[in-house]
Amino acid sequence: MAKRFSPETKMVPFPSNAIVPERDMDSRPILEARNLGIDFGGLTAVEDFNVVVGRTEICGLIGPNGAGKTTVFNLLTKVYQPTRGTILLDGRDTYGMNTSQVSSAGIARTFQNIRLFDNLTVEDNVKLGLHNEIKYGMLGGILRMPGYWKQEKIAHQRALELLSIFDMQDMADQKAGSLPYGAQRRLEIVRALGTNPSLLLLDEPAAGMNPSETAELMENIIKIRDMFQIAIMLIEHDMNLVMGICEGIAVLNFGRIIAKGTPAEVQSNPAVIEAYLGKKKEG
Amino acid sequence: MNKIKHLSVTRKIDYATYAGVILAFAAVTILQRLDMVSRSMEGMLIPICCYVVMAVSLNLTVGILGELSLGHAGFMSVGAFSGVIAAMSLRDMLPSEPLRLAVSMVVGALFAVVASFVVGIPVLRLRGDYLAIVTLAFGEIIKEIMNCLIVGFDSKGLHIALNISGTVTIDSLGLDETGYAIIKGAQGATGTDKIATFTAGFILVMITLVVVLNLVRSRAGRAILAIRDNRIAAESVGINITKYKMMAFVTSAALAGAAGTLYGLNYSNMAAAKFDFNTSILVLVFVVLGGLGRIWGSVIAAVVLYVLPEALREFADYRMLVYAIVLILVMLATNTPAVRSMVGKMIPRRSKGGA
Repeated sequence: MAKRFSPETKMVPFPSNAIVPERDMDSRPILEARNLGIDFGGLTAVEDFNVVVGRTEICGLIGPNGAGKTTVFNLLTKVYQPTRGTILLDGRDTYGMNTSQVSSAGIARTFQNIRLFDNLTVEDNVKLGLHNEIKYGMLGGILRMPGYWKQEKIAHQRALELLSIFDMQDMADQKAGSLPYGAQRRLEIVRALGTNPSLLLLDEPAAGMNPSETAELMENIIKIRDMFQIAIMLIEHDMNLVMGICEGIAVLNFGRIIAKGTPAEVQSNPAVIEAYLGKKKEG
Repeated sequence: MNKIKHLSVTRKIDYATYAGVILAFAAVTILQRLDMVSRSMEGMLIPICCYVVMAVSLNLTVGILGELSLGHAGFMSVGAFSGVIAAMSLRDMLPSEPLRLAVSMVVGALFAVVASFVVGIPVLRLRGDYLAIVTLAFGEIIKEIMNCLIVGFDSKGLHIALNISGTVTIDSLGLDETGYAIIKGAQGATGTDKIATFTAGFILVMITLVVVLNLVRSRAGRAILAIRDNRIAAESVGINITKYKMMAFVTSAALAGAAGTLYGLNYSNMAAAKFDFNTSILVLVFVVLGGLGRIWGSVIAAVVLYVLPEALREFADYRMLVYAIVLILVMLATNTPAVRSMVGKMIPRRSKGGA
């Protein structure tokens, strides 16, 4: 079923007419944000945010500090309730959902300032990602009924499987808080994958990483997309990463999208250059 | 393998906790047979069990859920009075005392559950200091309500009145000649059958340990710990915060209610004033001193700190002063890095990677 979208809900590329990567054209987009906006008191933090994300697309959200990128993530995951606009996840309106319901519906995320369960083990962190996949109740757990043993065993295996994506199985018993920084970032991604998402939001996944770690991360992001066949949206300041792996990019400045398109288009867009480098002096 | 090693450490601690409690019970029972337990000590056995249950259950709210509750004695009070009423009303129907005790404890727990739902729905929306203040107020409200409660039982059934005007007495209930008073307002429960036994206390402690430890090591317990560690991240992985907060809070209250029933049925007279703010704080001290989230710590702290004032009897007037000093010293000692590393060597907390 070929479905085309109206120009104002386009993500990639802009301003031409193609919307999402060719391979995703035939299926419904996983995410569609329409005129999304939020006010904090009198301050408009995000306004007229329109994107369409293809089912297996890797797309980037970039912009100067304070442009509202993380706010967009918080809107998509309902940490903040949008003041205006609609979010369609796989065609389903997420209006009225809260953060945990959005997570169950299929959006997983990581955080800019890492938010792990520091006092729990790495494995427990991943098992918490699997929380809604594990099916036994409170009584089953207290009375240690057969379901408990069976489900915990499955969860244990699944957790190790997910950790093996980043070769982290050996760290399963360490406390998450005691992991080195890079491993914490990777664990957050693994935990997010545990929720079985269809859209993964990564908030500055390469922050604080050196070039070789970043290169590895780029490979891993592509690997995750190919393995799980999910869409990934990332916020990142590392332009090598963004330009290297993103198929579509939206540039945000002062809460508004100032440019959308392929990496090449965005790089040559005068509005983007102005936002990042400032206006050229006249004359 | 690392995994098995780690599991066995957590499990070892759990099993050691069970074993310790069983051994202590066996030792005390043997000493009782040999007539080597002093009269005052014997009188403390059941209250010790009650306070162990209180401390372990409060640890579920404060240590594991991470919300400071200052009204835990309120749930104990609800459990105590509803349990006493149940035990006294069932006097004729259930002549078997152990059975009557068990049924009363279930009733006490159920009423505490109801109370915790009523309190929990508004309170668990709050966080930190605000939650502490509201639970504190709840404890006081319960105390005042219990102070007005007048309950009697006769051939027609249960009669309940609230002495809000200050003029209602037990006579206003209009009990017939077979009737008897169960709770007389500010005087509290009087003439209660003392059907609590040390064995029942031991069983309640064991049930509490199984419930709390198994809960913590299950899916629900992980979710509760996750909420404590990072609420926003917990929400982001799809955990229903309200549900699991409520689960911990209600479980904690149910156990406190059962402990309250046991406590109430250990004395022929019991006033509502017993379950005041001081009792909540006393239990909180057990929890904090035993270590937040550390269940075996709560058990030991509750036993030691409950017996300590009695053991300090020879200091007479200076008893509470010495008690306070001991508390401060224990706090200092457990926070000293040297002592901590020593304890850490004795109890391997968590195996680090490799190996």
